[in-house]
Amino acid sequence: MSTEPLHRALGLTDPELADIVELLGRDPSDLELAMYGVMWSEHCSYKSSKVHLRRLPTEAPWVLVGPGEGAGVIDAGDGLAVALRIESHNHPSAVEPYQGAATGVGGIIRDVFSMGARPIALMDPLFFGPLDDPRSRYLFEHVVAGISGYGNSVGVPTVGGQVVVGDCYRDNPLVNVLCLGLASQHQLVRARAGKAGNLAVLLGSSTGRDGIGGASVLASAGFEEGSEAKRPSVQVGDPFEEKRLIEACLTLLADGLAVGVQDLGAGGLSCAASEIAANSGLGMDVDVARVPRREPHMTSIEVMTSESQERMLAIVEPERLDAVLSICERWDLRGAVVGVVTGTGRFRVLDGGFDAPAGAAAPDVLADVPAGSLGDGPVYTRPAQRPAEQDALAAADPAYELGATFPVGSDLGPELLALLSTPTIADKRWVWEQYDHQLFLNTVVGPGGDATVLRLPGTSRGLALATDGHPRFGRLDPRAGGRLVVLEAARNVACTGAQARALVNCLNFGNPEHAAVMWQFHETVEGMSEACEALSIPVIGGNVSFYNESRGADIDPTPVVGVLGLLDRLEQAPVGAGLAPGHELVLLGTTRTELGGSEWAATVHGLDGGRPPAADLDAARRLHELVRALVAERVVAAVHDCADGGVAVTLAEMAIGGGCGAVVAPEPGLTPAAWCFSESTSRVVVAVDPAQLDAVRARAAAADVPATVIGRTGGSRLVVEGALDVAVDDAADAWRRGLPGLVETR
Amino acid sequence: MSARVAVLVFPGTNCELDVAAAAERLGGASDLVFHTETSLRGADAVVVPGGFAHGDYLRTGALARFSPVMAAVAEHAAAGGPLVGICNGFQILTEAGLLPGALQKNAGLKFLCQTVTCRVTSTGSVLTKQAELGSELRLPINHFEGAYICDQATLDELRAEDRVVLRYADNPNGSLDDIAGIANQAGNVVGLMPHPERASDPLLGSDDGVVLLASLLGAAADRAVAA
Repeated sequence: MSTEPLHRALGLTDPELADIVELLGRDPSDLELAMYGVMWSEHCSYKSSKVHLRRLPTEAPWVLVGPGEGAGVIDAGDGLAVALRIESHNHPSAVEPYQGAATGVGGIIRDVFSMGARPIALMDPLFFGPLDDPRSRYLFEHVVAGISGYGNSVGVPTVGGQVVVGDCYRDNPLVNVLCLGLASQHQLVRARAGKAGNLAVLLGSSTGRDGIGGASVLASAGFEEGSEAKRPSVQVGDPFEEKRLIEACLTLLADGLAVGVQDLGAGGLSCAASEIAANSGLGMDVDVARVPRREPHMTSIEVMTSESQERMLAIVEPERLDAVLSICERWDLRGAVVGVVTGTGRFRVLDGGFDAPAGAAAPDVLADVPAGSLGDGPVYTRPAQRPAEQDALAAADPAYELGATFPVGSDLGPELLALLSTPTIADKRWVWEQYDHQLFLNTVVGPGGDATVLRLPGTSRGLALATDGHPRFGRLDPRAGGRLVVLEAARNVACTGAQARALVNCLNFGNPEHAAVMWQFHETVEGMSEACEALSIPVIGGNVSFYNESRGADIDPTPVVGVLGLLDRLEQAPVGAGLAPGHELVLLGTTRTELGGSEWAATVHGLDGGRPPAADLDAARRLHELVRALVAERVVAAVHDCADGGVAVTLAEMAIGGGCGAVVAPEPGLTPAAWCFSESTSRVVVAVDPAQLDAVRARAAAADVPATVIGRTGGSRLVVEGALDVAVDDAADAWRRGLPGLVETR
Repeated sequence: MSARVAVLVFPGTNCELDVAAAAERLGGASDLVFHTETSLRGADAVVVPGGFAHGDYLRTGALARFSPVMAAVAEHAAAGGPLVGICNGFQILTEAGLLPGALQKNAGLKFLCQTVTCRVTSTGSVLTKQAELGSELRLPINHFEGAYICDQATLDELRAEDRVVLRYADNPNGSLDDIAGIANQAGNVVGLMPHPERASDPLLGSDDGVVLLASLLGAAADRAVAA
């Protein structure tokens, strides 16, 4: 047995314990210590990231709810509101991939419907180690199965996402999940407690021993050998319970029967109950004896910190309790009064009898703390230091070595086919066909395109949604990585003709106690902020996941963003990427020799140094506006963003999409290889009917965006003169077989 | 007066609003009927929509057959009323004994959400009456347990009585005899795995499901007139 003091076992440092003692004016009880341990964990308190996150721009006239609530919300017009949230479930997925991924889906759905919004779409950006490694393959297949099993059954379609493969995720996959919800603006609610005397009603599952210490133990510490021992900290999901919880809670809120509802997530009942009371400047008494339990002999600490899934706390005025319980009955849902809102500002946990008649014996008080103190944890400005090896990394530009390997005149066809079959680029159909991506009849452009396009129910308008994460750039230069990922997601949204309106981010990083990681974090947030400001996109919510490391090695900084755009008209599907014969191909933007962090250099040739592409933020803004207008007005016949794999992959994907070839000539001034595979940012390829070519050129000139006619569509081969000549069918084969070829090998 | 379609809602059902919207788009009136109700409120036709009734616990459809509304559904079917089970609804109708056979896990042991080509192989049912025999329809499927199975005698009977109404052109799930949908002897009860409501608007990629839903609404309207 360890002789470690209790506070350290709960993840609290010695100075944090001293703070608690000073705050309470006495030594904390074990339960109090456990509650602070959870609430002051990195996962719940953002204690290392808070000072940096203040930098992000969060305001715009159309933002209805910014960061800090269950979800961010924007005004979508016509009295509608769209709620958006993103989260990580990385560590649980590393320990138990199916349940980890499943409960990640469950948690984010609860965050969204706690705002009164019906969840209508999910997206899942996923990052794994190389799929030829059996462990990574196991994690990948079971994470996808968990998302499929839970998301499909709970009845929220998964409409997109991303799969990225990289060495640093071998022991620590990233499982991020985004949820979008829809509400009438007048139906929006916030987690508030109303007034003293209101009742706290616990809805949904009984409370068990699953997930105890999830926030403090799993999410806020690194992994070492033997992480299986942490398996009891992973929760088990029940999508059927969640489905009934969604229906019941949305009914409660729509009928005005609940003042507010709050999800029980990390930190369980302690977190939810203290937060909803503190948000309203009130207090709460919780009676731990009234919490329905899954198993006997649970301690009060277990009950208060359990992270059992599919539970919500509703605040209900006493006269409406019967109506609330009858809705629970309709949906076969448990509903138990577990607490009462008080005017004291204290969060108390009692054992029995919070509503005991006067004169009865006073109940046992297990905890009695200022309600706000749990959510008002320490804030750290941790040391941040640019690592010395960063210079050497930047100096290792792959262009020299690749230039020697592929002199002018080399056949780059095999290089293109190799790129098309890498998991990051290859067709993800194997993944998204396991997800119901059509429920609710909103999916106009499903998974696999630049961005997903949904109709905005009840209108003739639409929503566009893209998630992106690009770890290789952030590793080379985290500030550039932060900028580039915002640009990429916004560019993808522009390719559907939508105007970007909001961004959510999920910041996946290593151990914040490492100065290099804090430097990466600071730089990334700076870069994202610069890009969001330049593009006028407010950040309406986010999530920070630290301690993504295994065996002492931090993951590469992996900021993931979700960008939401609005389409003014959606009477027909946007033009899409597929080519048709007889069109001119126009490259919008500027290509430079920028191979640092490119998919070609890093994945195909193992050259992972150099500098990431330079990002001219104003040029990006002009490009996005131009592309948005050209697509929305249907001036172009096809459109596709240039990103992983460069313009050669963009052209190949367009050719595959339309089953039509093209002949193009590389621009002068670059080697054929650099032109094909460079990942210069802010570029888009459009296919244009010859009759519209002058118009497109004029529009581009007016927008000050370089437009170069690079070739013409037609035939059954993709030809880049002097570089490659491949049959579209062969390209399609490489692209389609890439992923199934890796996962279906047993 | 437009045909009235009762769309059943079990806990865990999730396609009820989609079916109702598709029916209304075609001029039908829809009425969501909760599983605890004992009356179909005079509906002319009944749709058991897709989803995960009772969480698919025990076995898909196995618990739903015990819901109170199912007695009224059986009565409606016995009286010749049009009844269609889509996806999980098909599974429920087989469990309830209103259609023969069962649906088992896909051959690939994975959930499949994709658009497939189905051939209309019988027009003798309320769902396929207005379709052209042999025509091909692009319809989305969305299931884990969609492989139809039955014993040889049942299969012989289904074939002999022209009760296989839809077959997959390229079998996605290992279904026996490529079966995507079947009818009862009278043709008034149909179960199918594809989702016609998801193919009812060109904006969503296909409106090939319209002919099926229109057939059902037509049958419902005929019944309304007769009543």
